[in-house]
Amino acid sequence: MNIKEAGHLLAGMMAKYDAEYIEAHLEESEASHLTYRGKDLESTDKTSAVGGNVRALVKGGWGFVSFNDLDDLETKVKQAIEQAGYVSGGEAKIKSSSPIVERVVADIRHNPVNIQLAEKKRLLDEYNQVIWAVPKLQTSMIGYADGYRKYIYLNSAGSYIEQERADVTLRTTAIATDNGEVQQVGLSLGSPGDFNAIKGLHNQIREIAENAVKMLAAPQAKGGEYTVVLDPILAGVFIHEAFGHLSEADHVYENPQLRELMTLGKTFGGAHLNVVDGALVPGLRGSYKYDDEGVPAQKTYLIREGILTGRLHSRETAAKMNEKLSGNARAISYRFPPIVRMTNTYIEAGKTSFKDMIADIKEGIYVKNWYGGTTSMEMFTFSAGEAYMIRNGQIAEMLRPVVLTGNVFSTLKNIDAIGNDLDMNQGGGCGKAGQSPLAVSNGSPHIRIQHCLIGGK
Amino acid sequence: MEEILELARKVSDEAEVFMMSSEEAPVHFEANRLKAIQSKQSASVSLRIIRNGKLGYAAASGQIEPRKLVDIAVETSEFGMPAKFSFPSAQDFPTVKILDPATEAVSIGEMKDLGQKLIEPLVKSTEGILCEAEVSRESLTVRISNTRGGRAQYKKTAFGLGVSGTLVRDTDMLFVGEGQESCHPLRDTKAITDIVLRQLELAKNTATVSSGQLPVIFTPDGVVSAFLPSLMSALNGKTVLLGASPVGRRLGERVFDPRFSIFDDPTLEYAPNSRPCDDEGTASRRTALIEKGVVKNFLYDLQTAGQAQAQSTGSGCRGRGGLMSPSPSAWTIGTGEASFEDMVKEIKEGLVIEQLMGAEQGNVLGGDFSGNVLLGYKIENGRITGRVKNTMVSGNIYQVLKEVVAIGKEAKWIGGGVCAPAIYCSGLSVASK
Repeated sequence: MNIKEAGHLLAGMMAKYDAEYIEAHLEESEASHLTYRGKDLESTDKTSAVGGNVRALVKGGWGFVSFNDLDDLETKVKQAIEQAGYVSGGEAKIKSSSPIVERVVADIRHNPVNIQLAEKKRLLDEYNQVIWAVPKLQTSMIGYADGYRKYIYLNSAGSYIEQERADVTLRTTAIATDNGEVQQVGLSLGSPGDFNAIKGLHNQIREIAENAVKMLAAPQAKGGEYTVVLDPILAGVFIHEAFGHLSEADHVYENPQLRELMTLGKTFGGAHLNVVDGALVPGLRGSYKYDDEGVPAQKTYLIREGILTGRLHSRETAAKMNEKLSGNARAISYRFPPIVRMTNTYIEAGKTSFKDMIADIKEGIYVKNWYGGTTSMEMFTFSAGEAYMIRNGQIAEMLRPVVLTGNVFSTLKNIDAIGNDLDMNQGGGCGKAGQSPLAVSNGSPHIRIQHCLIGGK
Repeated sequence: MEEILELARKVSDEAEVFMMSSEEAPVHFEANRLKAIQSKQSASVSLRIIRNGKLGYAAASGQIEPRKLVDIAVETSEFGMPAKFSFPSAQDFPTVKILDPATEAVSIGEMKDLGQKLIEPLVKSTEGILCEAEVSRESLTVRISNTRGGRAQYKKTAFGLGVSGTLVRDTDMLFVGEGQESCHPLRDTKAITDIVLRQLELAKNTATVSSGQLPVIFTPDGVVSAFLPSLMSALNGKTVLLGASPVGRRLGERVFDPRFSIFDDPTLEYAPNSRPCDDEGTASRRTALIEKGVVKNFLYDLQTAGQAQAQSTGSGCRGRGGLMSPSPSAWTIGTGEASFEDMVKEIKEGLVIEQLMGAEQGNVLGGDFSGNVLLGYKIENGRITGRVKNTMVSGNIYQVLKEVVAIGKEAKWIGGGVCAPAIYCSGLSVASK
């Protein structure tokens, strides 16, 4: 049985059960990976998956069954309902919306999985040669992945939505060593399925390799508070990590103190600060038409002119908080129930040029590129892939990579300049509740933060 | 399984089929209440072939035609790396106890009760705390078969208890938590809640430390969050082969404190990561990686070992997507002689670190760690005085662990994969605001 047949079977049985809500996901996916460690292609593989799940809400409790075999679907529906009933006394409710029956054809020019492995390898070989041509380089790592997924969502209210999505990611890392010291610089890029988006990166890749070598001789920053300027990539990671996760209503909805802290209408930053999340923004890795609860995607202003104006919802969190659906329920695959996730998250462009932004900084740090980031809601840390001193309004010497940390509430207020050069970073993946990496994008113009804590000597 | 192997045999020099199926039942609590009961059934198959001396690979979850799987493996083998090994022929595996039928017999009702018991004491002790808890049981079956006669099959069970609490006051947030895993059913919820209650007690007051060089005691959890990412990368045979491990050329040399040892041991009874053989059918064994500060070995799977002219340590592990790479089973860091209390007593001003957030984001390969203290306490004149916040701690494991002040005499399991003592280090760089 294929997922379409399974979908029709399930659609026929959904309505007859006594549950507040039942939904099912069915999915067929394929993916390919190529990895390089050192000079040679280390591994290449192709994988496929077929599977699905049924989730049921009964008397405020959730049941969830995931599976690889599409046989005996009725038993699976019954099991999910039985499990939900067993929770008893739960308080979950969902916000319903009008049923949607639609087949969404994605704007996928080519399914990237179907491109010949030889063609992918040819491009990656070129990039690897660029890295290895840089003197004093120790080694390189390249990870390429693509995927294509066709999936069906249906629920007991009569929705039946077929969608497809594709994804391409490339991460290259250049590693330089000297005398037991190791330094690395990486470049991550991606696209919603277009292989051409990762072509022509030779110059950028040469630059990261050169920077890895340069970093060996760079001094470490002295730990402490600085005026820090973030490039669009790192500022995008910052807004995703530091603020985006806090906007996910599932962190907030059951927590009275956090709800108080995140009351809509509160001031979070200067009037120049606008923060958006939205899958409706087209052509990005976090874009889609319907989320994994069959809710139409939106563009949500999280912060507008410095004021908290919105947050990200699933059906459950929207019902509990009595707010509008935002279309942010996502699952990384059929193995997981959908949870509140970001899509494309960014700080809108402001008016300051980069030159003006650094002009009056006597001693500060310019941080570029992304290495990673994590958050505990209030506090965040994120790592810059590259760092430079700013002295008397000029970019000065290179530093070892730095880790920045801070409290999100004070840091957002400490953003005192927003650049005019918004750029989206498509190379990231987001992890939450064991579901990682989810395709998202984030972005920002250059931003300047006062009093930012930097780890160091 | 045999059908795939037979088809593959016809088009390759050697072939191996790996099949895994699992059934998992997590019972999940949120906001102090039971929230969801789940059942996750999964089945996957992967095929590796050596064809014209090169490796090919294909994997599928759910249904796939055997013919298609073989075709994909052939296609990828065109670009595959030259195989530096043969699949292992039939061999004896050690007896590793990993199956407890009692685990499968735990009812959902009992799992619900266990979850309640993880939450109740915390809610009682601390007003406003919101807890999440998960009680889960799993059973897993693995089968491996290759064309050189290698065969393996085992079944194991796993059980987990975990609870975490969040306490928000104004814009201040405190995160506490503890979890344990075993192949046996776990019923001692008090052992877990006592740890969390102690965290809550120690965090009641807040304290500020000075910026500068300070002594730090990393608790077992702190050891994992600060040191483990770098150690795991440095001791992985793949990193060594690349020339990117700072200890790669230092086999037999003393790199760390003479009291510092690390073993990887997949044969520990009823440890959740234990197994009779690794994912390519090499027998499990205990491997000394660092012994008394001296670099003894690295973790290898067959291919990496073949490339490095070393022996597989039985550490072949299929990661996400199923590709093979060397990976630890259960890291055991050797214990020392100091009690935790004695270590604290010695310190005039310093820190206890339970969780360092973001430590794995820095230059892990080079041994750097730098993170925000997510859960940690200040020591003042030999006693813990309160929780610290807005504090960054940075260091490099090759400097910090070269000479430590003391190692704790008691080890603690962190999750199912690491067993570590506390480590007391001097002169870490602390920046606070």
